Amino acid sequence: MIRHSKREENSLNRAATPARTQAPVKRLRCRALLSFAALVFIVAGHVHPAFGNPAQVTNLLQPLSQPAQEIKELSMLVLTICATIFLIVAGLLVYAIVRFRHRPGDEASEPPQIYGSNQIETAWTVLPILIVFVLILVTSRTIADIQDRKAPPGAIHSTVVGHQWWWEIRYPELGIVTANELHVPASDGNRRQPTFLNLESADVAHSFWVPQLAGKTDLIPNRENRMWIEPTQPGTYLGNCAEYCGMQHARMLLRVIVQPPAEFEQWVKEQQQSAFEDASATEGRKIFFANSCVSCHAIRGTSAQGTFGPDLTHLMSRQTLASGAAPLSHDSLRAWVHDPQQLKVGCLMPNMQITDKEVDQIVTYLETLK
Amino acid sequence: MAAQEISLISSAPPRSSLIDRLHGLVVTVDHKKLGLMYIGTALLFLVVAGLMAMVMRWQLAIPNNHLVPPDVFNRLFTMHGTAMVFLVGMPILAGLGNYLVPLMIGARDMAFPRLNAFGYWMFLFGGLLLYFSYLGAPGLSGHGSAPDVGWFAYAPLTGRAFSRGHSTDYWILSLLLTGIGTTVSSINVIATAVSMRCRGMTLMRMPLFVWMMIVTNFMILLVMPALSVAQIMLLIDRYLGGRFFDTQAGGSALLWQHFFWIFGHPEVYILMIPGFACVSEIVPVFSRKPIFGYPVMVGATTMIGLISMGVWAHHMFSVGMTSTGNTFFAISTMLVAVPTGIKIFNWLGTMYGGKIHFEVPMIFCLGMLFQFLIAGLTGIMLAVVPFDWQLTDSYFVVAHFHYVLIGGLLFALFAGFYYWYPKAFGRMLNRKLGLWHFWLFTIGFHLTFDTMHIPGLLGMPRRIYTYDAGRGWETLNLITSLGALVQAAGILCLVINLLRSLKKGEVAGNDPWDAWTLEWATSSPPPEYNFETLPVVRSRRPLWDLKHPEDPDWKYEG
Repeated sequence: MIRHSKREENSLNRAATPARTQAPVKRLRCRALLSFAALVFIVAGHVHPAFGNPAQVTNLLQPLSQPAQEIKELSMLVLTICATIFLIVAGLLVYAIVRFRHRPGDEASEPPQIYGSNQIETAWTVLPILIVFVLILVTSRTIADIQDRKAPPGAIHSTVVGHQWWWEIRYPELGIVTANELHVPASDGNRRQPTFLNLESADVAHSFWVPQLAGKTDLIPNRENRMWIEPTQPGTYLGNCAEYCGMQHARMLLRVIVQPPAEFEQWVKEQQQSAFEDASATEGRKIFFANSCVSCHAIRGTSAQGTFGPDLTHLMSRQTLASGAAPLSHDSLRAWVHDPQQLKVGCLMPNMQITDKEVDQIVTYLETLK
Repeated sequence: MAAQEISLISSAPPRSSLIDRLHGLVVTVDHKKLGLMYIGTALLFLVVAGLMAMVMRWQLAIPNNHLVPPDVFNRLFTMHGTAMVFLVGMPILAGLGNYLVPLMIGARDMAFPRLNAFGYWMFLFGGLLLYFSYLGAPGLSGHGSAPDVGWFAYAPLTGRAFSRGHSTDYWILSLLLTGIGTTVSSINVIATAVSMRCRGMTLMRMPLFVWMMIVTNFMILLVMPALSVAQIMLLIDRYLGGRFFDTQAGGSALLWQHFFWIFGHPEVYILMIPGFACVSEIVPVFSRKPIFGYPVMVGATTMIGLISMGVWAHHMFSVGMTSTGNTFFAISTMLVAVPTGIKIFNWLGTMYGGKIHFEVPMIFCLGMLFQFLIAGLTGIMLAVVPFDWQLTDSYFVVAHFHYVLIGGLLFALFAGFYYWYPKAFGRMLNRKLGLWHFWLFTIGFHLTFDTMHIPGLLGMPRRIYTYDAGRGWETLNLITSLGALVQAAGILCLVINLLRSLKKGEVAGNDPWDAWTLEWATSSPPPEYNFETLPVVRSRRPLWDLKHPEDPDWKYEG
């Protein structure tokens, strides 16, 4: 039999009045808790000792430079607001589910039929609008602050050109060309020295991302983008290409090496020199120049002037090979010269089909390029 | 629940041979058969694209894995994304719209039955064409295979210089075909809902499901051309010497991104609104109350549709727009949160004061509410431009949109399957298997996608086929991959349930859930003509009026 309750329009309160023993609200849904716990886990910043090598973990919530620092502060505010909203709404949901669940002993009657309430609708429209308003204010301020920053006198200027799948790095004012590893000076309180990057692409779209230094900015062909960093702590910072750019997108790694100013000056001086000539490697040098290596690679001070591949003038001053595909060592260099496709399948450097002896000689020559 | 049988008509399905039935499927113009064919085909594609995701997760479970080479991996994520959006999400929404809209508005078929069949076959052959690329794309030169440019196919990676062979052509042509199918299906649903409602069903008496279908299909009509046009421009670039996106000849890579996201972002809402539609029908029935704030729900849906047309460049915060441009799109994106929030609150208001029955459809809806809440909040984080500079194109974004599309949409669709299956096949889905499905899938989902946020925060970019050990990603990726296995087990329960219940399910009767909309007024499954006499309605809940003649809704609706 169906019994009808009296209807109450525009009243939520009446619906809640039937006296019942309050059900315990403690049965919080575990998935809700789980997600929140995950969030807290990160926020607390305790992630890296548990997973991975601390030197290599690039937690964007542990920034070590502007503007990543400023982004993190904004992010924490947003995370807090979102976590609060989640707790309130999820709490209400759990409450409604527990409190208004159908109980086996219930009569078959329908609950009071309520169609809505204009006051309540207005409340939960206006409240989110206010929250959104606050978020927009803080967001737009940070956008302008980071994006419209002018380069101060004394700033380092560098041009980064994305290639499939490596980074060309130029310092036009210093006359340096290198690859895959960006060197910048550390800023300190006495001498602020941010680095401003011009980002371009030689082929498809890429994106420059070193999480602990700054957010990403894309490198798009036919376009010049700009970003800046101002790290204060010397060290090596890992990053990646963050825009899908084809076959070896995953092996387009990036590092930024932040040095104390004096050390950076020293590095600049070394890089400005032409390639080192070593008599012990004349055989390898000959083979290098006799093959088509020179049509893609440049070695300053020689006739090798190719621009399709990385500049090799000071190859041995770098930490990695093939845009982070391997650490730079005798063995990896040998493997690479022997057959690049083994180390990084699909890369644009072909297997040159040279004999093992010639490989050894070329490697000996390359190892003189300090 | 007081289950009342209301049989206005009765019919027994005629027996026939397999050949006859297959032939029947090929020649049919019946909206119900076509609707089920849409959904069935989409489920097949769901399994295929899901298995592709499993291979990717296997590859990423451990660092420096050599299970698949990079080119194969890149095809996997391209095909997974493209198939899930165009061959699973879109056809399921077309299928639900096809099956339910005529029944809900008391019509005997869609406005254009033949066009309806045409739309289905375009979708099917478009989908098959996409998968045929594995065989067909190598062509004579042997360069191509399946598309490997990502589902977003950013220029100039799709130009002939970077994408040789025919793989990108297959991506373009198959999506143009399914796009035609989707467009005609949208025209059909809108025309049906606008012009074929039964007597007494004014616009403001339509079930919310129909309202949301109208909105979502209008959005398809508005944005699908952006994608089709961009794809045709790309074809012109590739074969007729066009220079739209050819950056080496002065074309613009950004132009493609704008075109793609003008389509691509509303597309997310196009996929999501049918999920809202299912939830808006199911939550009231199992709370035993009408939807809270019906007119506000209609308004909020329309607002989502309108605002979502102006948010596309939030996918492009890192391309170097001006600070003014970035701020504009941050504002519009955050504004979408307002009507979306209103919907969550209205579902909450519907449950508040009700008597909630934990049937399987309702349980899936409750899961959806929690998960969609989280997905919405991570969406807010991504709308905060500087935060987005860090998060975009990282695994955080992958986790976010899978939270939307699985935690939100797929859960809502599963709820819909359990809810309307009895109507479509006359038999209930098994509750026990349904609960297994729910718990396995939910646990797997949270293992995978809660965990997946963290590598994003630790700097792991999307679309990488492998990564080195030591960056803190390994354990998290392993958990993510294990979760995928648990999800697959859940899906297996669903498949078994769907097939087994066809024959062995409990007989449902016309109205197993004691529901209120018109589809429950006819037999299960409904006869070809749906209703023997066309119904006349006086309120939003015609079956409530019928069951409670002494206390009908029309006395109270303004």
